Amino acid sequence: MTTRNDKKEVETTGHSWDGIEEYNNPLPRWWVWVFYATIVWGLWYTVAYPAWPGIKSATAGYLGFSTRGQVEEQIDAVNASNADVIAALETADLATLSEDDALHGFAVNMGSSVFKANCVQCHGSGAAGAKGYPALIDDDWIWGGRIDEIAWTVRNGIRNESSWDARGYGGVMPSFADTFSDEEIVATVAYVRAISGQDADAALAEEGAVLFADNCASCHGDAGTGSLMNTRAFEDPEYVVADGEMTGAPNLTDAIWLYGGSEEAITETLIEGRAGVMPAWGIEYRPGFGLTDAEINAVAAYVHQLGGGQ
Amino acid sequence: MSAPEAPKLYAPREPIFPRRVSGFFRNMKWVIMAITLGIYYLTPWIRWDRGPELPDQAVLVDLAHRRFFFFWIEIWPHEFYFVAGLLIMAGLGLFLFTSALGRVWCGYTCPQTVWTDLFILVERWIEGDRNARVRLWNAKWSFRKVRLRITKWVVWALIGLATGGAWVFYFTDAPTLFVNLLNGTAHPVAYTTMFVLTATTFIFGGFAREQICIYACPWPRIQAAMMDEDTITIGYRHWRGEPRGKLKKQEQNKQGDCIDCMACVNVCPMGIDIRDGQQMECITCGLCIDACDDMMDKIGKPRGLIDYMALKDEERETSGQTPIPVIKHILRPRTMLYTFLWAAVGFALVFALFIRPDIDMTVSPVRNPSFIVQSDGTIRNVYEIRIRNKHGEERPFEVALIDQVDLAVTVEGTDDNIVLVPADTAKLIRVYVDAAPNTPEASNDRTDFTIWVTDTTNDDRTSENTVFNGRVN
Repeated sequence: MTTRNDKKEVETTGHSWDGIEEYNNPLPRWWVWVFYATIVWGLWYTVAYPAWPGIKSATAGYLGFSTRGQVEEQIDAVNASNADVIAALETADLATLSEDDALHGFAVNMGSSVFKANCVQCHGSGAAGAKGYPALIDDDWIWGGRIDEIAWTVRNGIRNESSWDARGYGGVMPSFADTFSDEEIVATVAYVRAISGQDADAALAEEGAVLFADNCASCHGDAGTGSLMNTRAFEDPEYVVADGEMTGAPNLTDAIWLYGGSEEAITETLIEGRAGVMPAWGIEYRPGFGLTDAEINAVAAYVHQLGGGQ
Repeated sequence: MSAPEAPKLYAPREPIFPRRVSGFFRNMKWVIMAITLGIYYLTPWIRWDRGPELPDQAVLVDLAHRRFFFFWIEIWPHEFYFVAGLLIMAGLGLFLFTSALGRVWCGYTCPQTVWTDLFILVERWIEGDRNARVRLWNAKWSFRKVRLRITKWVVWALIGLATGGAWVFYFTDAPTLFVNLLNGTAHPVAYTTMFVLTATTFIFGGFAREQICIYACPWPRIQAAMMDEDTITIGYRHWRGEPRGKLKKQEQNKQGDCIDCMACVNVCPMGIDIRDGQQMECITCGLCIDACDDMMDKIGKPRGLIDYMALKDEERETSGQTPIPVIKHILRPRTMLYTFLWAAVGFALVFALFIRPDIDMTVSPVRNPSFIVQSDGTIRNVYEIRIRNKHGEERPFEVALIDQVDLAVTVEGTDDNIVLVPADTAKLIRVYVDAAPNTPEASNDRTDFTIWVTDTTNDDRTSENTVFNGRVN
């Protein structure tokens, strides 16, 4: 079979190693020009864009482009496109928010971001809480589980010194270390375990019932069912706050324990006392890095739909 | 001290002026060009009614909504294996055709070949056939040369623009985009894409041409691995043609059939001489066969001096044996294996298409925390369920547990566990499953159960198995 190389004299590069010669197959000239063009482009690129490293930073580039700047532009663009819905959320009536699917959906997504940035440090990324930090996904609410009540708690916080409207201001669980003898503490613990359906010595519990009625019922209620948060106190100036109300004293008869329901945990609570604090998140209480009205409404909507919302 | 003169390492492109040719393969190329270009330019304009909520373009790559529409088929992102399967089929199809028929893809259907062919046609209409073009190339610049060049480039550019234009129509509603492109309100990406594709069509079809096949395209290099001595490719019957010579010497009866008329060289779009044998530039387009057959007819010799043939036959014919029938070349283990694989993937895709459900769900248990204690001691698990409604209208879906009496299900934000999923949408819902206090489910480490989702419109159901975590005391 004939091939091209049989007939034509093929040029070699002139190099010869041990008698082996190299054919010269010249590159197309345009290919070489493209190669030069890429070099020119590369040089231009290092001038136009950040490239040459210095001691502290790189050259800024003639075009002034930076990826960080690009991100800022994109964030600004998103904020601008969301301005209307954020304005609507700011003034939304929280009681009827869930009826507006679009606004509620936006609020939940926005609230999810707010929650992850500000709340998860104490309440956990799944909102499951921890000892001393309540779970936000169960049906037990010390300070109210309506969406407007949640927003109020977020804005003003609990037992802090920033907001006059903070929840449970002044209402704390005192230490009974000086009030009760050791035996009385054991008896009270037995009673508290008995009313929450846990194993307890019946005789001790009977003894503890008297102590409970004298010392604990003023906040936790005669039956130990706690002082339920009542927002009417905030909404209606005429409302008379009943004894024990607004203190945040938890229900001791249910299965949920903020500080633990074991004998040791309840004993510790009685001896040490408890006064959980949540900061006020409203931007008026922490200028510069608090939450705006829209963010508070959003995070309230998010928490409200985690399963426990009332 | 050798090499008195350094060799040139770079060479300019040698211009190629393919002459007009007619014949069977040329006609076939025209037909294939009409079909392929027709498909490419017209497809985006075919309408297909999918109801009010969905686009009515028959073929649409909807990147914004992550959907691919192909007539009655709609591909979601999680069904991308259909596209992967089609790509595998395309690859195996190329393997099959290459091993059986050589570079038939390159010669007839490759976009580079088709558009170059079209550009050469335009070139011939404007500047004349081969000889006129060679003269024009060598002529000094004159008004006529400038006029012809500019006319040609403008037509090329318009073809390029139509090419880039057709491409963007595949990605959004074609009639709307067409109007927007004209009144300048289309997205910058559309204009940029059109500009890039116009430029590449113009340069690749008008100037780069065979350089793309030789220097840029990897496929010709890969094809060598699929070809063997049974592959049908273009050959020159040198046993019949040689020694070649002018026709008048033919009387001496020592000459072969080749009259060295250069017809085969002049028509070649790759600028090669097929009589030198198989070479890497050849795209087996068959135009040299048409040119040679035409010449053989004129001098009263049998056709087929240049012909489609297998290398094996070339050797057999040279040594006086009869060639092997074409069917035996094509039917060999290698091509049968490629056909089998191609068909297997095809059947699998068609099968998958038919059993594809209209509704679909995925369940991801929320394990942060793994369970929640309610005030009455109820143990709750949370699940995030994504329901996909592939129908063209909004539908209500009911979430339920069937025959699992000790677990109760609640969908966040509903009273009746029925969620409305908009048309052609995946909706994420939050679902609670509760175990009453003191039941085995509440205290077992894990309980296996099944979540069912029913399309209440037609009672289509889908289910997924998952796990309930209790509180182990």
